[in-house]
Amino acid sequence: MTDAAWETLSNQAVAACGVMYFLALLAHLVEWSSLRNLPVHAESVSAAEAGSVAVVTGGPVADGPAVRRAEVFGRLGFLLTIIAVSVHAIALVGRGMAADPNRVPWGNMYEFTLSGTFVVALFYVVLHGRFALQWMAPVVVGLVLTLLMVAVIWLYDPVAPLTEALNSYWLVIHVVSAILATGAFTLGGIVSAVYLIKARRPDTTTGLLARVPALPVLDRIAYRIHAFGFPVWTFAVLITGPVWAHQAWSSYWNWDPKEVWAFITWVVYAAYLHARSTAGWKGRNAALLALLGVATLWFNFIGINYFSTTSQHSYASVGEVQDEGSSSVGL
Amino acid sequence: MSAPPEGHERRPGELNLRELGRWLWRQLTSMRTALILLLLLALAAVPGSIIPQKGVDALKTSNWQDQHPKLTPIYERLGLFAVYDSPWFSAIYLLLVISLVGCIVPRTWVYARAIRADPPAAPRNLSRLPDHASYDTDEPVDEVLARARVVLRAKGYRVRAPSGAEDDAVSAERGYLREVGNLVFHLSVLVVLVGFAMGGLFGYKGGVILVVGDTFANTLTQYDDFVPGKLFDAADLDPFSFVVDHFQVDWLKSGPRQGMARGFDAQLRYKESPGAAEKSYDLRVNHPLTVGNTEVFLIGHGYAPVVTIRDGEGNIAFRGPTVFLPQDQSFLSFGVIKAPFAKPAQIGLEGLFYPTFINLNGDPVNVMGDLKNPKLSMLVYTGDLGLNDGSPQSVYVLNKAGTQQVKNDKGKPLRLDLSIGDKIKLPNGMGTVSFDDVVRWNRIQISQTPGKRIALGGVVLALIGLLGSLFIRPRRTWVRVRREGGVTLVEVAALDRSGGGDVSVVISNIVSALRGDPQKPGPEEKS
Ligand code: HEM
Repeated sequence: MTDAAWETLSNQAVAACGVMYFLALLAHLVEWSSLRNLPVHAESVSAAEAGSVAVVTGGPVADGPAVRRAEVFGRLGFLLTIIAVSVHAIALVGRGMAADPNRVPWGNMYEFTLSGTFVVALFYVVLHGRFALQWMAPVVVGLVLTLLMVAVIWLYDPVAPLTEALNSYWLVIHVVSAILATGAFTLGGIVSAVYLIKARRPDTTTGLLARVPALPVLDRIAYRIHAFGFPVWTFAVLITGPVWAHQAWSSYWNWDPKEVWAFITWVVYAAYLHARSTAGWKGRNAALLALLGVATLWFNFIGINYFSTTSQHSYASVGEVQDEGSSSVGL
Repeated sequence: MSAPPEGHERRPGELNLRELGRWLWRQLTSMRTALILLLLLALAAVPGSIIPQKGVDALKTSNWQDQHPKLTPIYERLGLFAVYDSPWFSAIYLLLVISLVGCIVPRTWVYARAIRADPPAAPRNLSRLPDHASYDTDEPVDEVLARARVVLRAKGYRVRAPSGAEDDAVSAERGYLREVGNLVFHLSVLVVLVGFAMGGLFGYKGGVILVVGDTFANTLTQYDDFVPGKLFDAADLDPFSFVVDHFQVDWLKSGPRQGMARGFDAQLRYKESPGAAEKSYDLRVNHPLTVGNTEVFLIGHGYAPVVTIRDGEGNIAFRGPTVFLPQDQSFLSFGVIKAPFAKPAQIGLEGLFYPTFINLNGDPVNVMGDLKNPKLSMLVYTGDLGLNDGSPQSVYVLNKAGTQQVKNDKGKPLRLDLSIGDKIKLPNGMGTVSFDDVVRWNRIQISQTPGKRIALGGVVLALIGLLGSLFIRPRRTWVRVRREGGVTLVEVAALDRSGGGDVSVVISNIVSALRGDPQKPGPEEKS
């Protein structure tokens, strides 16, 4: 296949997986709307409180047609999500193969967003069974779909080779870990947000909230996702990042705005982990810190580019993959 | 608050100095304080990412300061142009370090003792614990207890030695290494800080622009800019020297990034010390040269037009390559050439270099960085270039205060447009300017970063500790067995000590192992 053909394939795959995510979202919305008015069995609520993992979307009282419909659409939605994630993967591979020489698919914001959303969706699919994540389907699918649309509409960039400084295997390790952590933190942030919403009416037995697991379960899921993300982020930001920066820019820590914000994110998540074991900070405040963490993460990813122009990570500047573009004698 | 005077009855709630100190210490080393200090640290780091920092980009900082004359003195006083060296930023992390030491060191001793201790005896009533299970069986008590020991040991638990007082229960604990991991993590944070501080204090960072063919010997006077750490000693400069023999760039000839440079390669010959044998090295981006404790990086490049200025008396007033600074990605470059010894009057040139020049509807345009159609376009000044008063002057700036611009016969500013090989005569018998050739220059960064291995080792250790701290689940498990109403009642309870685990699955797994059911590991048991 030619490079152009790969690029076309990638673009078509992005469109196709967007459609798939959209259909999955519809299926989940149907699922939820059929469940909306059913009360949740009191027993399953208390089981959830005791910390049982058996809570999926709560055991409905009646086994009526609404329940069966919800089940069918729930499965359909999940199946569609799996297909969408596979097509999403093809889009990424296509991006990498379209470049000459072939490379990892993260040379600019469009590609980062494509990869980041892929990781979020992939984590959701992988953890779906383990943490019984059925309840978060519409949120995750909706978020991934929205971000993909943002990427296609505002961030699209044609395939281009990487600049010299980005051309290092440290980049691969650095970015893979950064994207993995970003995906995990995003998912963890969603769980924490749901925790905060649920915390306002923890005992509700009707409506959508009743189908969300109990607070202790949400807290634990959030913790375990963050506990995965934090070491990976540490690895990305405090090990591979500096090692690479040292090779490319001669000093391993430059207080460059991207670095500063990566550090801020790290510190906030360290605070989150502390908060979970500090009296008075458990639960609500910890969840708030998790949201603060995601906010700093995504601000670093997108927002800081518009606030500061001294960043050496200027691959992020729109329409340009020049590294060190800021310095007048840059390579 | 000071110590109460003699004979003064202390009111309740009043503290003496010692108690106050102890109270302050306890506050400072509390987990809550650590948490708040962490958040403060995050907050304090923000301004440095928005306001330009001297240490990051000195030029941008001074430009910003020129544009904001009102804010600058205020910001200056608050240390906002050097946030990460400012007293308030340092204060936060020093407090954090003190808090960390004060929190972690005492805990080390506690852990050291706990790690050798037996699991604690089983609570009286296991069914009072939040997570527990029970079942009946016909087996004798001793047999179940013995099996419980085997099962728990196989699951990695440390099992309390049976004692006379407690022979109806088994106590077990696992996950001792979590505390160790947590300690290693926090102590490693200190190691990283030490490594980081060493780099800042004993290291240096310097830069030099070298025209291809020039030799660099590593002494202070050869650097264009040099930023030493507070405790750097010039005697630590490694005595190497090198020459850039050849520099090569690959230009992208097609695609959306057409004209972009990639594949930079500077071929060096270097000597580790004046008497050493000569070696060669390909200096590339992401591929620095290490000599002794020093590292040499290629971080930029550009063009240096070779120009000859002959003065009105026919003597060569200037000849050689002059470094021009790229203005944009297309390597359109700006530079000045000074001939202070020209007679009858000094000559200064200022203008642009176009690596690939085209004339687009009368406008000069530079197409790309590759040398396809090099063109030099200079304005001419004469008079006093300001070089004689002894004050240092940038080689990239022409001081026009004492000069006037040379005009052509139409009275317009004279512009010299030269291709390689061209020679133009200046008016009024001032002399001639010829554009002989173009050579390349490299910007080389040279630095020593002591402590970098300590810092790296520290982070790696921190990561290992962190993994232990986050993924080892400390857990206590008890099995109590007794005869009751003709059957054997078995109770199992477990307590998760990290707050991250789900022990109901753990308990049901132990119960099925005790009953001899085929093992069905629950979803949460894998980790
Ligand atoms: C340099 C700043 C610090 C960082 C980055 C940091 C980071 C962390 C992390 C990531 C954890 C793991 C949390 C977990 O296991 O769930 C942790 C735990 C802990 N930290 Fe820190 N910490 C710092 C400072 C401190 C200080 C100053 C103290 C003392 C007041 C402290 C006390 C603790 C304690 C007691 C734990 C154990 C919590 C538990 O067992 O769950 N930390 N810290």
